[in-house]
Amino acid sequence: MSAPDTTSQPQETDALAHATPTFTLLRALSVVSAVCGLIIVASYLLTLDRAKDNRRLASERAVVKVLPNAKIVKPFLALANGDIVPAGEGDPPSGAIRFYAAYDEKGRLDGIAAEGAAKGYADIVRVMFGYRKDCQCIVGIGVVSMRETPGIGDKILTDKDFLANFNALDVRLNDELTALANEVKVVKHGTKTEKWQIDAISGTTITSRAVGKGINEAAQVLLPRLVPKLDRLEKP
Amino acid sequence: MSESVSSLMAPPSTWEEFTEGLWKRNPVFVMVLGMCPTLAVTVTAMNSLSMGIATTFVLAASCFLVSLMRKMIPKEVRIATYIVIIATFVTVTDYAIQAISLDLYEALGAYIQLIVANCLVLGRAEAHAARTPPVEATMNAIGMGLGFTLSLVMIGGVREILGAGAFFGIPLFGEHFQPWVVMVLPPGGFFVMAGWLLLFSILRRRSQMKADAASVEAADALKTSGACHGA
Repeated sequence: MSAPDTTSQPQETDALAHATPTFTLLRALSVVSAVCGLIIVASYLLTLDRAKDNRRLASERAVVKVLPNAKIVKPFLALANGDIVPAGEGDPPSGAIRFYAAYDEKGRLDGIAAEGAAKGYADIVRVMFGYRKDCQCIVGIGVVSMRETPGIGDKILTDKDFLANFNALDVRLNDELTALANEVKVVKHGTKTEKWQIDAISGTTITSRAVGKGINEAAQVLLPRLVPKLDRLEKP
Repeated sequence: MSESVSSLMAPPSTWEEFTEGLWKRNPVFVMVLGMCPTLAVTVTAMNSLSMGIATTFVLAASCFLVSLMRKMIPKEVRIATYIVIIATFVTVTDYAIQAISLDLYEALGAYIQLIVANCLVLGRAEAHAARTPPVEATMNAIGMGLGFTLSLVMIGGVREILGAGAFFGIPLFGEHFQPWVVMVLPPGGFFVMAGWLLLFSILRRRSQMKADAASVEAADALKTSGACHGA
């Protein structure tokens, strides 16, 4: 930088005269891309099985949290045309909803677990909820992921009164089986009067609402497709 | 700057290369590089440690490959190739963490992918690995990575102790501890970072003042002895 102009002038022309040939540039880029491509593909293949197992275990753990009797957990898809098919590899078709059928140790259908998601205070709050058909209600929730404020938003994990909302949250369908008979609604703390209402945590209203909204949206779509065909899932 | 100065002097030994980043030119507290993960993921000591190890791996592997290919890469396309190399090892790390622990993967979130934009990695590839043989470049990168890990754990440890009353998940203070929630929120990262920087600058100034005082004393002693001789 501090060099006088007289010396930098010849250097510049020198650099232009010795510019790297196009072929060398191309060769360098190709070799680097090829080496990097090989490394990426190799590590992908090496970690694929472990990563898949981890994902399966994680979702099974989340299901057992909301349906504690579950011994066998099987993933299914509720398709947009109303069909129920076992969930396979790869991305599900558009409009399909993933859910888990949980069977107890005798192989009887214990309940259904599915995921709902809605925007919370900081980011999307994803909750897993357990559904039992004998009461047509939600019997437990667990948080799959959230980034809510520690000490405020994460009360949805620990607040006993809030969790009591989900001992038997009514999600029965209307007579035509097209939607929930009563929308799941989050109400202000202390004003819950109906079985389909969720009593919010005071001071954690936004996160409480996200939980309710996530459950409502998922149940509104999933249950009308699922309930008429529940018999088909009786055996694992 | 010191890069060009040191290249004029005798080349540093492999051991010096390794220790450089640990403390003397610590990436976080001295060079203040890679602030995005430093402030964002240091909520707990465990997250900090994992982030540090992931970055160390990316840094060491990228610097090794960059150094190995340094004579083959024309300077016109060097940034493009460095970024491809760094992105490769970030992808490898991403896959590896998914295979090791999904909980950890969720906790670190997008910050694993963002290692690719950590200026510490590209900075070391460009400023050091591109002009150093592979062994020295890798040793230097590992040292820098460990220095980065150390500083992350120092920040994350303080934040976890104050913000959650625990260290590496082990509760320290019993049930009656009221956690300082602000420490695990984003401002906490800035507070703790500032606290450490303040502490280091006080220590540095103290030792500087001591050294100054010592040299003044020595000069005085020299003067008086000289005066004595003259008399």
